[in-house]
Amino acid sequence: MENEAGALSRVAGLFSARGYNIESLSVAPTEDPTLSRMTLVTTGSDEVIEQVTKQLNKLIEVVKVIDLIDGNHIERELMLVKIKAVGADRDEIKRLVDIFRGSIIDVTDRSYTIELTGTSSKLDAFLDNIESSAVLETVRTGASGIGRGDWVLRV
Amino acid sequence: MSVELTGAEITIRCLQEEGVECIFGYPGGAVLFIYDELFKQDKVRHILVRHEQAAVHAADGYSRSSNKIGVALVTSGPGVTNAVTGIATAYMDSIPLVIISGQVPTNAIGLDAFQEVDTVGITRPCVKHNFLVSDINELAVTMKKAFYIASTGRPGPVLVDIPKDVTQQKAVFDYPDKLSMRSYNPVVKGNAKQIKKAADLILSAKRPVVYTGGGVILSDAAKLLTELTKMLNYPCTNTLMGLGGFPATDKQFIGMLGMHGTYEANMAMQYCDVLIAVGARFDDRVIGNPKHFSNENRKIIHIDIDPSSISKRVKVDIPIVGNVPDVLKELIRLLKNVEGGPDQNALREWWNQIDLWRARDCLKYDRASSIIKPQMVVEKLYEVTKGDAFITSDVGQHQMWAAQFYKFDKPRRWINSGGLGTMGFGMPAAMGVQLANPKAKVACVTGEASIQMCIQELSTCKQYKLPLKIVNLNNRYMGMVRQWQEFFHGNRYSESYMDALPDFIKLAESYGHVGMKIEQPEDIESALKEAFKLKDRLVFLDFITDQTENVFPMVPGGKGLSEMILV
Ligand SMILES: Cc1ncc(C[n+]2csc(CCOP(=O)(O)OP(=O)(O)O)c2C)c(N)n1
Repeated sequence: MENEAGALSRVAGLFSARGYNIESLSVAPTEDPTLSRMTLVTTGSDEVIEQVTKQLNKLIEVVKVIDLIDGNHIERELMLVKIKAVGADRDEIKRLVDIFRGSIIDVTDRSYTIELTGTSSKLDAFLDNIESSAVLETVRTGASGIGRGDWVLRV
Repeated sequence: MSVELTGAEITIRCLQEEGVECIFGYPGGAVLFIYDELFKQDKVRHILVRHEQAAVHAADGYSRSSNKIGVALVTSGPGVTNAVTGIATAYMDSIPLVIISGQVPTNAIGLDAFQEVDTVGITRPCVKHNFLVSDINELAVTMKKAFYIASTGRPGPVLVDIPKDVTQQKAVFDYPDKLSMRSYNPVVKGNAKQIKKAADLILSAKRPVVYTGGGVILSDAAKLLTELTKMLNYPCTNTLMGLGGFPATDKQFIGMLGMHGTYEANMAMQYCDVLIAVGARFDDRVIGNPKHFSNENRKIIHIDIDPSSISKRVKVDIPIVGNVPDVLKELIRLLKNVEGGPDQNALREWWNQIDLWRARDCLKYDRASSIIKPQMVVEKLYEVTKGDAFITSDVGQHQMWAAQFYKFDKPRRWINSGGLGTMGFGMPAAMGVQLANPKAKVACVTGEASIQMCIQELSTCKQYKLPLKIVNLNNRYMGMVRQWQEFFHGNRYSESYMDALPDFIKLAESYGHVGMKIEQPEDIESALKEAFKLKDRLVFLDFITDQTENVFPMVPGGKGLSEMILV
């Protein structure tokens, strides 16, 4: 969409006004600074998704809408998570971070701050392996998506 | 060397470049520089209303009756909030308007300044698009975009919010001839393959119906639609917004459909095998509960400029996204070139069935009543004006009777708030209609509750000598509310009685207008004749009508189209 003030609130407003849900939304300028790319994750029946797509296309500042689910695509989300890490847990958590190919980016004697990238369900899976009382703080970006292969979204 | 103009001058120059002859507005602090420029020129006429809601309704009526873009000018804060009802009304009915609003100076935005509201935020959900102009160099191109967006694709209101300091700053005025916006390219031509498929399906129909809406009016496609329908000899029904899209006096017209549609139109919709929907959107007031309108029983062709209108409430078989006139032209061309036509035997049988439904005479009422029946007033209005007036209305029973009993043969003659259902629309809209059509007969069919929502505009009508005929169907009730309470709330008429009514005759007279009170059925015609003879006067006709009259047929909310309550 056009990288203009207000464009984001039009999208958000559309979703709340029409009762569509936003699971996550991430947006930033692209290689062309006049354009922003937004990845929005939503759920709904085929009819609802069809309406969401059409309504988004109607917004004047939206240049193009694609449903990544329609094709082969890659999806990544970044999570920063602070986890209580004392005693024997410290090794255990470090092993888990390695298994999930994350990295520990900050350490105190009582906690680790971990950076983890992957699909949203991989991040969920990581958290499922940690006792919930040990999770001190999580920050997630929401998914970003891109098509696979040589296919490129052009406007 | 190009001269520099102030933002205020540029604003007015843009209007002139767009050929705007008439705008509706109300001044205030944030727009004083713009008003100053208005004062210094005489190309753009400004009509001073008495409330900003009326400014937008008037611009709206102006546009609906002329296919020009309506323009309104309001100040920041309360000026804008007053205008919101008008903007939402135009948005729901897809009317091309440009609303210019003043805003507090850019350096005061966000500081809760005097008369500051987040205009772009407040209006966002009820405009096609809006802009805040924070750079004087963007002003002209933004105005250009506003006019372009408002009038192309599916039309709608566009708001341009201009901070006061921007109206003072200077820039070179350069109005672009053309625009290209990578993010806005409304489709025009329909997909040829889809149109071909539609033509085949149309010819295979045994029980066809042509169902048309406001899109036919807005895109000026009434002639083509009529040509297509006549050439096929198919029955045609219009929505409330679509009246006049096909001549109501033509025998192929089966009346309005929907909640208060005719028996024959609703039955034909329910039992047709091929439905040709043109510029219509299957809304809840039109097809009732979509569950009772599945397409197992019929195939649907849907022609519309707005892809999001297609398969929104009802799944369709052949969607055609495109400009209605272009698609109709192509359809007509295809159908003219095929050999043989639809199955005439089947069509004859279908017409026989429709005539049986027609014989039910669903719009009958007691013509011998000694109390004035509202339907009779509309019928007489039709006769006295020879069907040639512009009719605006407010919202309620009177609106439905006007739609049912005034036979609109031409598009843009019936002007009402169909989507939002805004009481208070009728008189200000009629002002706009009269200004766009100075010689025409313009009547506003209203109710004693609705008319009071913008009654202050009697003053505007006085100032500009607008000879409207206000046809007040005075039943001392918010009639439509009372009807629902009678049908669905055990006759408990909670807060729907209109107590403490003013003497409308004296009220009209106090503004220098003519007032007439009509209490006997035999006086209806003569009063209307007299009123229309007073060519240069506004006449307020207060018809004291039957309080108990209801609008029939009625499809109760949530029911299917064929489940009508009949008289
Ligand atoms: C601004 C607004 N408020 C409330 C309503 C709800 N409403 C719909 S019809 C109606 C009654 C209208 O009464 P009146 O103008 O006397 O017309 P009648 O139905 O009696 O012909 C009301 C209150 C509305 N449509 N618009």
